[in-house]
Amino acid sequence: MSEVFALPDVGEGLTEAEIVSWKVGPGEKVVVDQVLLEIETAKSLVELPSPWDGTVLDLLVDEGRTVEVGTPLIVIGADSESPGNLPDPGYTGEADAASRASTRSGDNQDGKAGSHQKQVEGEEAASQQALVGSGPKADPVVRRRRQPTLPRRNQGAEPERRASQAHEAPRQGPGPAGRPSFGEGIADLLSRAGLGQSAAERPAWLGGRRQEAGGGAAPVPSTADQETPRRPALAKPPVRKVAKEMGIDLADVTGTGESGQVTKRDLLAYAAHLREIPDGPDSFWVSTNAPGAGDRTQRIPVKGVRKLTAQNMVKSAFTAPHVSIFVDVDASRTMEFVKRLKEADYFDGVKITPLLILAKAIIWATARNPQVNATWTDSEIIIKRYMNLGIAAATPRGLMVPNIKDAQDMSLRELAVALDNLTKTARAGKTQPGDMQNGTISITNIGSLGIDIGTPIINPGEVAIVAFGTIKQKPWVVDGEIIPRWITTLGGSFDHRVVDGDLSARFMADVAKILEEPALLLD
Amino acid sequence: MTPTENISGEPGTADPRDARATAGVGEHPATVECALPVVRLLDQDGRRLQDDRFGPWVEDLDDDAVAQIYRSMLRSRRLDEMATSLQRQGQMALWPPLRGQEAAQVGSARAVGERDFVFPSYREHAVILERGIPAGQMMSQFRGHKASSWKPSETRTHVYSLVLGSQVPHAVGYAMGIDQDRRLAEDAGEPAPAEEAVLVYFGDGSSTQGEVHESMVFAASYDAPVVFFVQNNQWAISVPFSTQSRVPLAARAAGYGFEGVRVDGNDPLAVLAVTRWAMAEARQGRGPVMIEAETFRLGAHTTADDPTKYRSTAEEQRWAARDPLLRTRALLEGEYGVGQQWFDELEEETTAWIKSTRTEILAGRPEDLEQRFDVAYAAEHPLVDEERQWYLDYQSSFLPDHDETPAGSAGHDAAQEDRA
Repeated sequence: MSEVFALPDVGEGLTEAEIVSWKVGPGEKVVVDQVLLEIETAKSLVELPSPWDGTVLDLLVDEGRTVEVGTPLIVIGADSESPGNLPDPGYTGEADAASRASTRSGDNQDGKAGSHQKQVEGEEAASQQALVGSGPKADPVVRRRRQPTLPRRNQGAEPERRASQAHEAPRQGPGPAGRPSFGEGIADLLSRAGLGQSAAERPAWLGGRRQEAGGGAAPVPSTADQETPRRPALAKPPVRKVAKEMGIDLADVTGTGESGQVTKRDLLAYAAHLREIPDGPDSFWVSTNAPGAGDRTQRIPVKGVRKLTAQNMVKSAFTAPHVSIFVDVDASRTMEFVKRLKEADYFDGVKITPLLILAKAIIWATARNPQVNATWTDSEIIIKRYMNLGIAAATPRGLMVPNIKDAQDMSLRELAVALDNLTKTARAGKTQPGDMQNGTISITNIGSLGIDIGTPIINPGEVAIVAFGTIKQKPWVVDGEIIPRWITTLGGSFDHRVVDGDLSARFMADVAKILEEPALLLD
Repeated sequence: MTPTENISGEPGTADPRDARATAGVGEHPATVECALPVVRLLDQDGRRLQDDRFGPWVEDLDDDAVAQIYRSMLRSRRLDEMATSLQRQGQMALWPPLRGQEAAQVGSARAVGERDFVFPSYREHAVILERGIPAGQMMSQFRGHKASSWKPSETRTHVYSLVLGSQVPHAVGYAMGIDQDRRLAEDAGEPAPAEEAVLVYFGDGSSTQGEVHESMVFAASYDAPVVFFVQNNQWAISVPFSTQSRVPLAARAAGYGFEGVRVDGNDPLAVLAVTRWAMAEARQGRGPVMIEAETFRLGAHTTADDPTKYRSTAEEQRWAARDPLLRTRALLEGEYGVGQQWFDELEEETTAWIKSTRTEILAGRPEDLEQRFDVAYAAEHPLVDEERQWYLDYQSSFLPDHDETPAGSAGHDAAQEDRA
């Protein structure tokens, strides 16, 4: 017998929380009110105490994850149970926690005991059901359906028009103002088209509660169904399952299979199609007159990397007096050098870019002007006799500056491999916190986006950053003649508390010198 | 003592948040000096202090009476801790912790006579327990089971008011009614009703509400038998007291024309003495009176609040050292020689009480909304009938619950029904 403790709403109207740390582990005995875990909500750090005595059987959510209120967090069983002795082996595998979560909260909504939510002692279990958060959702449309009644305004010719709009809506409907999630985006589309009962209500089927024909219980016509008889959707069970998870009504999908069956391919194509609608630039703007325009702003919560970036940038911009200098460089020899390296056997399978040469140039120039590789504290300047070279990277999680540790010790090839790994890891969104710590100097490669140059902001804890502009052919004067050359611009920002104008100029000139003549690296 | 200096008279620390909380006149340059003393019958270590005016009001207290005060304070603290846990477990929508304010509440509630009427705010859990209202009943409101939890007519305690300060005009109106009844009886030549008075609780934050001022004006104009009991817990959610007022709140009473008394809110004996005196004044037609109990909310404003975001640890620690339970325990040990064993037994008894109370709370069920129509008016009312019918029609408009568990117990079903 076991109980599942789901995330309650610990504030007034909070919808989610981050799991900060677990204070207990599987197999551990717990008593009522013993702290199980710490969570962080939008309002505060909160410790969640155990509602039951027993043994921890399973932790369902990893630390660091943000989950919705109502998500099952932990399974606690009677003392006699041991971990792994779970009633349903389906949950013991490495199944995706999110899908487990949705399955379970679905159970909650139905008022049924989930497979883990065996009622321990009848009444006792009922009395322990959380009142807040993990219980039924507040939206009555999701939980209970009204008897079909035809609102007066929909009678006559109106329903047909609305219904046809409803059918076309997903294909040509206007984009939603804010699109917090895929499912809600669809809900929004439909409600604009008049299919939802009102703009504020979520169609019941988005809650995963819609019963498909053949799903056991009789199909329940909703108001929309009443308006136009909808085709019964034919599809195999796996497709139905996926459709349900995606929040897609199979009746909306055009089937191409046998007897008009909706195949998996049809479903995926439809889902991809839906995804495109709200993302198209044409659908970004919401005009004042658009039906259901409502709030035409989109609010993005400031958290995670965005928040950290903001804090770091403000800290850096307002504590370190920045001095920025720029230099145009003829990087033609660098381009040639890169081309030759690419052809060299020794560099087979290694990605070579001009950034590699810049990185090497910075290491070289730093050795000649060590003060740029430093940290400012109010009492002393700490010069680093090693280089952890930071590379600013746009990642799925936002801007990050992972660094290459001890770049000074690396050969050109090693550095190339390290750069490639760093970029790949960052793009995959897998950069670890340790990768971003203890940087000593940074590069931001804004040229990769075609930008000439900008004023970079120093990574906090460092005193210099170099921005690498785009490299393109420009008319250049060589020996009194205008000839096309590969030109780039380097920008550097320096913390003036540590690096004065002449030093920053010498450093930048040294970096430029290498790009102009990479052979100097042999020095 | 400067007006907004806190009762310890200690200077603030270097923390700016602290400075705001304990700032003196400096922050409000034009502040008029105010010299209202703070009534205190116990020092911080639980030793008796002399007070000729209020001391005699608690001379009757013996060791047992003091022990009972301590017992009440301990119960309300443990209940508060359990309630906070229940909220974290999803069993309660919200909970406003009282931690730190036990002496102000138990002390004042014990001064209320049988005929008196109490108007609480929403944090007076210890007062509610002192009024004999079961904890489970009180918490049904925070569990969202009931809109109000007890019958004021039976308990002579008004329901919790969640709208800040709204209970204060109600209390003054009730007190004016007491006077009115007395005059009517006199006019009719009937014997005068027994003396009674009203005790109304609110906080430093509510003191800024307009209706609280209006109530005081009315109370003064009509000599209403009401005692305004302000628990100044130093923080109106995140607004420090120094922002709420330039002067001690008790000093405001003079402006309305009645007496205001400052009392150490963490000294249960002083609170009891001052409230006994004030209620007697009010009962005998010499009211109204205002009492400002200076205390500290050791916990969060509510379970949805995080005090670490606006006040300093140093401030919390300073006040934790003035914990009313520690002080009362020191009195029991020092003056009455109460030993460890008694405290251990009390702790055990309280733990058992908490356990059974927890069960009682969790067994609570939401009220059937239909019943609300029956208690709106004493007699049948056509409008209420119409509304009841509408509600029943609405309920029956839902489809039968195929997918709700048919095998659940009756109580479970009812719970589901009502949450729908």
